[in-house]
Amino acid sequence: MNSRLKAALAAAAFLASAAVSAQTLLNASYDVAREFYKDYNTAFIANYKKTTGKDVKIDQSHGGSSAQARSVADGLDADVVTMNTTTDVDFLAERGVVAKDWNKRFPDNASPTTSTMLFLTRNGNPKGIKDWDDLIKPGVQVVVVNPKTGGNGRYAYLAAWGYIKKKGGSDAQAAEFVGKLYKNVPVLGKGGRDATTTFLQRNIGDVLITFESEVVSINREFGEGKVDAVYPSISIVAENPVAVVERTVAKKGTAELAKAYLQWLYSDEGQEIAVKHALRPRNPAILKKHADVFKPIPLFTVQELFGSLGEAQKVHFNDGGQFDKLYTPGR
Amino acid sequence: MSTALPRRNGGKRVLPGFKLTLGYTLFYLGLIVLIPLAALVLRSFSLTGEQFWIAVASPRVLAAYRLTFGASLIAALVNLVFGLLLAWVLVRYQFPGKKIVDALVDLPFALPTAVAGISLTALLAGNGWVGQYLEPLGIKLAFTPAGIVIALIFIGIPFVVRTVQPVLEDSEKELEEAATCLGATRWQTFTKVLLPSIAPALLTGFAMAFARAIGEYGSVIFIAGNMPMVSEITPLIIIGKLEQYDYAGATAVAVVMLVISFILLLVINGLQAWQRRRAGMGA
Repeated sequence: MNSRLKAALAAAAFLASAAVSAQTLLNASYDVAREFYKDYNTAFIANYKKTTGKDVKIDQSHGGSSAQARSVADGLDADVVTMNTTTDVDFLAERGVVAKDWNKRFPDNASPTTSTMLFLTRNGNPKGIKDWDDLIKPGVQVVVVNPKTGGNGRYAYLAAWGYIKKKGGSDAQAAEFVGKLYKNVPVLGKGGRDATTTFLQRNIGDVLITFESEVVSINREFGEGKVDAVYPSISIVAENPVAVVERTVAKKGTAELAKAYLQWLYSDEGQEIAVKHALRPRNPAILKKHADVFKPIPLFTVQELFGSLGEAQKVHFNDGGQFDKLYTPGR
Repeated sequence: MSTALPRRNGGKRVLPGFKLTLGYTLFYLGLIVLIPLAALVLRSFSLTGEQFWIAVASPRVLAAYRLTFGASLIAALVNLVFGLLLAWVLVRYQFPGKKIVDALVDLPFALPTAVAGISLTALLAGNGWVGQYLEPLGIKLAFTPAGIVIALIFIGIPFVVRTVQPVLEDSEKELEEAATCLGATRWQTFTKVLLPSIAPALLTGFAMAFARAIGEYGSVIFIAGNMPMVSEITPLIIIGKLEQYDYAGATAVAVVMLVISFILLLVINGLQAWQRRRAGMGA
């Protein structure tokens, strides 16, 4: 073996040992959580150093929630996944990548934060939109995400459906209502951000249905007062599930760190950071403290009305499902 | 040109060993093109025949094929005409700023398609620079199939220009002059003298612009509006199926696209060969 090769090997060994001494964690997350986890990671690293004396490095990977889940399933070595729809984590559980009972591993269905669907109208709410019923009026244009291509769109659809069900309506009535609503849709966004751009930059539509967390970031991006947030009489709970990727942590030996990383999301400090990014904290005391941001409105869960997101997916969004029936030719 | 190019029948070959080079060609094509595509086809095999049929022939998907191929065809035809015009001007005339115009033609090649999509949408949407004047006239371009065609024209134009340009450069002006001297009208000169010589190149450019448009995603997605049955392109259907974790369904649609595209390209290549033979015999 020549000396140059030896030197190279030594250098490689040194680098490898350095990498082991500071553990690295990869968080595969959804698109709009980028800013939240940037803040959270800084705070977590400081806290971890303080409590355990160990240095950690955290990498982030963001993309569409389902796209991220697919890349983890296909082999992306993420240690933890933090998603915005439970079906994405269920899919990983089916593949044996995360634990089968992932939603029991952490409190509150392993969802440290939630969000809900709200309406955004143009400044001053010129069409006087107050509740779900106003969305099906003739002449009102609703911008919403395509439920086939985005979790945001699925929740908007289920929220509209649930509104009728909670009023005591039948499935047939709910179908009729949702069908009317989508007749008022001029553009279906591909994803949450796409819909926001259509509504705000292209000036299309009178109302945008989107996550509460998106409302706050819109105010931040486009300036206060461009849009009014309208809280309908009732809406849906959208859980933001988290899970340890067992496959990766077993390989990398990062199980403990991954668990600590997700657990700390439930700490007061973690929950406060979530509040800053307009995610509803699970901690009731902290939620109450910020009642000005998170207006208390009656909320229903997916489980309550649809069994689970997975079942809702089958009935409503899969090809040939309710959505296809409501939203096809003859319009 | 004075350099003696080795003629096909001259017996001189640049690369030695037909068997070796052909073997390498097949191996390389297999590695880069056929294996990935075979994986695609294999993945769709997890569906039964009936499931496959449901996935690829639902009304929504059929509408998407129609839109994808229809809009691509229209865009490629528009590019055929205006690409020829552009190439003509670039070859036959001198004008200030010609180099810049020449470089601009290539821009849609280099630009990330998403950039094209976003800027076209910004331009054509109801509140865009151009859209705000068209909207009052009742012309809606963004979020309609018309917007899709515009995006596809944009990304397809360099293909026609760049394939026709060198052929035009080689074509001899004297032939046209001779035609004029013999009393041909301009239209006759164009159809009888010019067109036959550039037809194969035009057809190649058309085929490439068409093929590129069929596969286009980034630039279309922002301007389409994504309404099922109206402005939903096939690549979006595939993404939609993936978002529902319907890998098999997505690959099934992809396989259909693959087969149709391949047949179309084969037909166009055949047409081109026929055209070339005809032109060769006439000369």
